[in-house]
Amino acid sequence: MEKRVRFKSRWLPWVLVAPQLAITLIFFYWPAAQALLQSVMMDAPFGGSLEFVGLDNFRQLFNDPDYLASFRTTAIFSILVAVCGLSISLLLAVMANRVVRGERFYKTLLIWPYAVAPVVAGVLWVFMFASPMGVIAFWLQAVGINWNHLLNSNHAMTLIIIAAVWKQISYNFLFFLAGLQSIPKSLIEAAAIDGASPWRRFWTIVFPLLSPTTFFLLVINVVYSFFDTFGIIDATTKGGPGKDTSILVYKVYYDGFKAMDMGGSAAQSVILMAIVVTLTVIQFRFVEKKVQY
Amino acid sequence: MASITLSKVFKSYGSGKTANQVIHGVSAEIHDGEFVVVVGPSGCGKSTLLRMVAGLEEISGGEISIGSRVVNDLEPSERDIAMVFQNYALYPHMSVFDNMAYGLKIARVPKDEIKARVDKAAKILELGQYLNRKPRELSGGQRQRVAMGRAIVRQPQVFLFDEPLSNLDAKLRAHTRLEIQKLHRDLGITSLFVTHDQVEAMTLAQRMIVMNAGIMEQFGTPEEVYARPASTFVATFIGSPPMNLIKEAPGAKPGVTVGIRPEHLDITDSGWALTVDALETLGAERLVYGRWQHGEGYELVIIRCDEGRPVPQLGSTIHVTPRPDRLHYFDTTTGKRI
Amino acid sequence: MVERRPVLTFVSHLILVLGIIIIAFPLYLTFVASTQTAEQITQSIPMSLVPGTNLIETYRTALFGGETSAGSNLSGAARMMWVSLVTALIIPIGKTTISLLSAFAIVYFRFPFRNTVFWLIFITLMLPVEVRIGPTYEVVASLGMLNTYAGLTIPLIASATATFLFRQFFLTVPDELVEAARIDGAGPMRFFRDVLIPLSATSIAALFVIQFIYGWNQYLWPLLMTTHEDMYPVVMGIKRLLGGEAYTEWNVVMATAILAMLPPALVVILMQKWFVKGLVDTEK
Repeated sequence: MEKRVRFKSRWLPWVLVAPQLAITLIFFYWPAAQALLQSVMMDAPFGGSLEFVGLDNFRQLFNDPDYLASFRTTAIFSILVAVCGLSISLLLAVMANRVVRGERFYKTLLIWPYAVAPVVAGVLWVFMFASPMGVIAFWLQAVGINWNHLLNSNHAMTLIIIAAVWKQISYNFLFFLAGLQSIPKSLIEAAAIDGASPWRRFWTIVFPLLSPTTFFLLVINVVYSFFDTFGIIDATTKGGPGKDTSILVYKVYYDGFKAMDMGGSAAQSVILMAIVVTLTVIQFRFVEKKVQY
Repeated sequence: MASITLSKVFKSYGSGKTANQVIHGVSAEIHDGEFVVVVGPSGCGKSTLLRMVAGLEEISGGEISIGSRVVNDLEPSERDIAMVFQNYALYPHMSVFDNMAYGLKIARVPKDEIKARVDKAAKILELGQYLNRKPRELSGGQRQRVAMGRAIVRQPQVFLFDEPLSNLDAKLRAHTRLEIQKLHRDLGITSLFVTHDQVEAMTLAQRMIVMNAGIMEQFGTPEEVYARPASTFVATFIGSPPMNLIKEAPGAKPGVTVGIRPEHLDITDSGWALTVDALETLGAERLVYGRWQHGEGYELVIIRCDEGRPVPQLGSTIHVTPRPDRLHYFDTTTGKRI
Repeated sequence: MVERRPVLTFVSHLILVLGIIIIAFPLYLTFVASTQTAEQITQSIPMSLVPGTNLIETYRTALFGGETSAGSNLSGAARMMWVSLVTALIIPIGKTTISLLSAFAIVYFRFPFRNTVFWLIFITLMLPVEVRIGPTYEVVASLGMLNTYAGLTIPLIASATATFLFRQFFLTVPDELVEAARIDGAGPMRFFRDVLIPLSATSIAALFVIQFIYGWNQYLWPLLMTTHEDMYPVVMGIKRLLGGEAYTEWNVVMATAILAMLPPALVVILMQKWFVKGLVDTEK
């Protein structure tokens, strides 16, 4: 899409893009180039000089069981967050779309967790699961579950998933609700006249028509669980027990800033960037398609 | 006030071999104070021509002058023109007053003069009570008048209209046509008006330019264009239903197309034999669609009869005779009038 | 709905109410905890679910710090709230400004390398700061921007989301408006100021709301960027109250959490219309 008319000036457009371009170059391209550079370098053990090591850092990474485990952890975590988050939000959105009265009221009460910082979300949930005073930990005890997310990795994973899903429900809910409201009512009515029950109508008409929204949210949720959940993990499990909840972003941070392995951390950054770029391309393809029909 | 001179105006998009020429050398002289309508089917280049006069499109070749100034390299605001757009292009966030005053404010016209001019325009257009409203609070017709008001307050040498009536409903369109005529009578400003609607063209124009595929087919008064169309294109484009064009008319020379308007065919006792294919009743008149069989093929001939004539039966054979002084002859290959 | 099904409608309301209760429960508990004393929380197992009487005292400590009953010395959240506020305002203002300008240039001008510039900016569309923390940290450090508002905000302004949003919006502005403005004699900047900016008002508001929340909730970046206590944003401050030394003052933590949640939550709820618009627009 292009404008038919344009202004003419040799210098003005450059002045206009200069601030954004400068910030992008300094805080995006320069660091990205540095990451690429560092990912093929290694600190000499003594003294400040750097040594070119080619793809060694990457080779090391993919031979590192910790890193591979972190990949697996990230995959499990993001799939579960996306699936749980999407199902719950879809259920709530469908219900909110059904009720004639109170839709706005429900909406207002459901969207506020979006405003909660991930790290605060983490604090809120760890407080309920912490022993000894944690309310949920106590109730679980009562039904015979000895909750301890500091020692049990499944418990730890469950905790970060709950916190991550809780925070993301609002977002998914809003998009699902918008998607539902954009489905022409006449279609639903036609199906009702054809004698389809609400349940059947949902699965044969509403859900298929919602698939662009669902797909979009799927990508967004994966990106969310990849990156935005850093705060949740740092506030709850700190990647533990062991490294069992250390997702990729957490590992980049830990290796780079706690273990001070800049080369390894940079190589991880490069891999993460590649992942995001891939996701972006998928997303873009999808958006283009959506615009077309 | 000023005349507009177009001399060998060309427009092409792109350059080199991929260049796509859309205006192929149009020359015309529009007199001072004249109301000229440019009419043609969509894509014929009429809007492009207007936008070149306005300075919104660059001129690829030739020269455009307004008054005695060549305006090729002047900015739109320096050409002393005003334009009314098809979708009115009102600034949605400004009041009616501000919409009309914006250009004057930029030109640093003193405040009280701006107010005087806007008030005067509002009075002419009966917009006085709407000056504080936003465009979205107005009806289509009112918005259209604001767009005209914006043009009037500039007191330009030339008015340019780009299909300003096409977003109005039929009734309002007829009414606004009369208003524009009156406005032109009162202000006497040279106007160039683009439309695809031949009724608008016929009713508004003092002279009209008929365009087709980037070429000016004819430039003349509505009467001339109707009575002596310069080409088969003009003959069929102007007039509804269009002129009948018959390629191998009885008695015509080969290579000559004969044209006859539906109202110049009389149903008589003898003459061309036609089979009645369809009938349309339009109230005051009736259209008869006659099928004229010749050789392998056939042609449809439309006859316009006054109400009150006997109604021919569908499928029956009728005979028609053209009025001899109303026949037109065109070269079949070039389409030009002979 | 299409037909009357009272039972189904009842079930819908029931599910929604349940959903709200579950979602709001952590918030309620946080509030309750913030009204009790640290001892009340840790000594009753589980903690009491009714609000206590220590509300004012807890929030005073949370905001202004001081010696707590358990003997730890806390610094208050007031300064951190201020840092958060400044950050959360600079980011949307900066982002909106540079994005409006660059989107305007890209949409309304033809200039050499326009496409290159376009792509240079747009590749950054989805790359969050998290994936490039290490190198970005080094750049910021070498520019001497650690522990400054500039360091806290400018690297986060470098994102194309807003530029993309405005570009999309500008493309929907009818060409005739520019033409009308040109005939009216308005130059590019005049058109930008008098027509484009007012027309973008709702987009700007929507973006502002979203970016305010984004800025307020930053955690990882300030964690790296700041080493001075007076440059900590509140979101980061909470984390530091947690499990530092032996004893966690849960009531103060929870009060600080409420304080940290309040501004963005209010923004979301009070500016719901713009918030929803911003969310939908920035992600398209």
